Amino acid sequence: MSIRQQFAKTGSPGSVSPKKHPILHRLIMDRWLYIMLTPGVIYFLLFKYGPMWGILLAFKNYQPFLGFFGSEWVGLEHFERFFSGKTFWMLFRNTLSISALNILLCFPLPILVALLLNEVQVSWYKRMVQTVSYVPHFMSWVVVASMTYILFTTENGLVNNVIKALGGKEVNFLMSERWFLPMIIGQNIWKGTGWGTIIYLAALTGVDSQLYEAARIDGASRLRQAISITLPSIRPTVVTMLILKLGDVLDTGFDQIYLMLNAMNRNVGEVFDTYVYTTGIGQGQFSYSIAVNLFKSLVGLILVFTANAIAQKLGEEGIF
Amino acid sequence: MKIKRHPGEILFDCINYLFLFLFAVITLFPFLNIIACSFATTQEILTNPLMLFPKEITLETYKYIFSTPTLVRSLGNSVFITLAGTAVNIAMTTIMAYPLAHKNLIGRKYLMLGITFTMLFGGGMIPSYLLVKSLHLLDSYWALVLPGAIGTFNLILVKNSFQQLPDSLEESAKIDGANDLFIFSKIVLPLSLPTLATFTLFYAVGHWNSFMQPLLYINDSTKWPVQVLLRQIVMLSQGGLGDSEMLDPSVVLPAQTIKMASIVVSTTPILLVYPFLQKYFVKGVLVGSIKG
Repeated sequence: MSIRQQFAKTGSPGSVSPKKHPILHRLIMDRWLYIMLTPGVIYFLLFKYGPMWGILLAFKNYQPFLGFFGSEWVGLEHFERFFSGKTFWMLFRNTLSISALNILLCFPLPILVALLLNEVQVSWYKRMVQTVSYVPHFMSWVVVASMTYILFTTENGLVNNVIKALGGKEVNFLMSERWFLPMIIGQNIWKGTGWGTIIYLAALTGVDSQLYEAARIDGASRLRQAISITLPSIRPTVVTMLILKLGDVLDTGFDQIYLMLNAMNRNVGEVFDTYVYTTGIGQGQFSYSIAVNLFKSLVGLILVFTANAIAQKLGEEGIF
Repeated sequence: MKIKRHPGEILFDCINYLFLFLFAVITLFPFLNIIACSFATTQEILTNPLMLFPKEITLETYKYIFSTPTLVRSLGNSVFITLAGTAVNIAMTTIMAYPLAHKNLIGRKYLMLGITFTMLFGGGMIPSYLLVKSLHLLDSYWALVLPGAIGTFNLILVKNSFQQLPDSLEESAKIDGANDLFIFSKIVLPLSLPTLATFTLFYAVGHWNSFMQPLLYINDSTKWPVQVLLRQIVMLSQGGLGDSEMLDPSVVLPAQTIKMASIVVSTTPILLVYPFLQKYFVKGVLVGSIKG
């Protein structure tokens, strides 16, 4: 406050007395800050809050030629249609299958790799493995999906060529219901495992080295040290990351699933995000797809708050 | 200090080093194989599909994909979108983050609440599409730049990093008669260059790799960024560059190597800046894990 008082004594540029109008005085003092806020505030109102008005269309029957206001209200008709059909359960099942497998298989792997990297004493070797393992994180889903197509296709793809050379039968990885989930999970493991280790490795470097020294003097083996010192020290990080994951169980990511979907695997692959795109943009059922998306967003919101509450109950730091 | 090691520990170390080596190989192999095949002759791909280094290097495929305008045009589009988009991102994010970093700004609490809320809930894909459409931005690069001009999480992180700067800097500048605009551009921004580098890379990689936005907003194939074209080439077309009018019937290159070369070309920019990416991204991820 010292600066403001100084200005007040010598006469502030706005010449509003700070004693009579303290709030107005502060607003004038900070006028440049408010001018700087303006473009950002406009951006948030237009592009973040603007589309929220569009949610109202979920309760209308939106026709582009009638416009936002001209389209008639239909209440919960779109929701009824969505929940009464088979589609809802298909989307629900597919989304949960992908998320559950992600949490079961893709979540623990970075923890394991981080623990193993932590045991590497040759620092250049550790750094080399880290550098290499981060690379896939920076590749787009289009590149990852394209590489998958090329390697797993039945038309002269590497994997099928190897299977055939070993005397096996050609497998149609890309166009079958059976192989859709394994391909998605495999891509997630390939793309995310190395990158996922960063947060755990950071937690591991925070461990006090005196703990290890004391344990060594007491004759603890490396396994004992890992169980009694290393694991407990990354527990809070693991719990927080798990809660974050549980909070967005419904967010399976659009790009990856959309790119791997085709007519043959749509039954097991279609998730909320891709369904919204297909019905909304592909078929022009705007109101119906907005209703589906609204359902997904609301459940997602509840999940995030629930996960956060659980975190705080467990005595861990919440996300917010 | 030399520590005696049990045979069991030595065995564990051996298995551990081997496991991590395999992990690194699995990570790199698919991409190295595709790079190798894109430079190899068809004959060699058929005889040795698992190769990492072709015996005979041929540039035929690359000559072909760069001889048609399709891929070059898409790369140009992507470069333009990435440069323009990142510039807008950085300008909008820092200019908004600076006032928000002032703890006793009137109304700051409500603004932060309004900003944070958008991370939890939003209108979704279709309302955003209808908004962009009603602003007449479909098929315009603005549609890829404006709707994502500020990443909410990035904004909060930049705001936090501005808050880390000592208050005395601003106070002394104010006593010298500097206004907030001057302090922001001449003191705060130059002191935050490492932060700016981190977020420039965050945003730039996001633009280069973005697929959903151009899929939604850009129908005109001459305006496609390289990710959308790559999908067309690899997944949808039977051969060639997905640009039927440009297909040269005299070219006998197999579709497979054209696809591989397209993947390599569209990933090269990422690999070129990879050393920087690794350094700054790791820092950025860790910044994000600390609440402020």
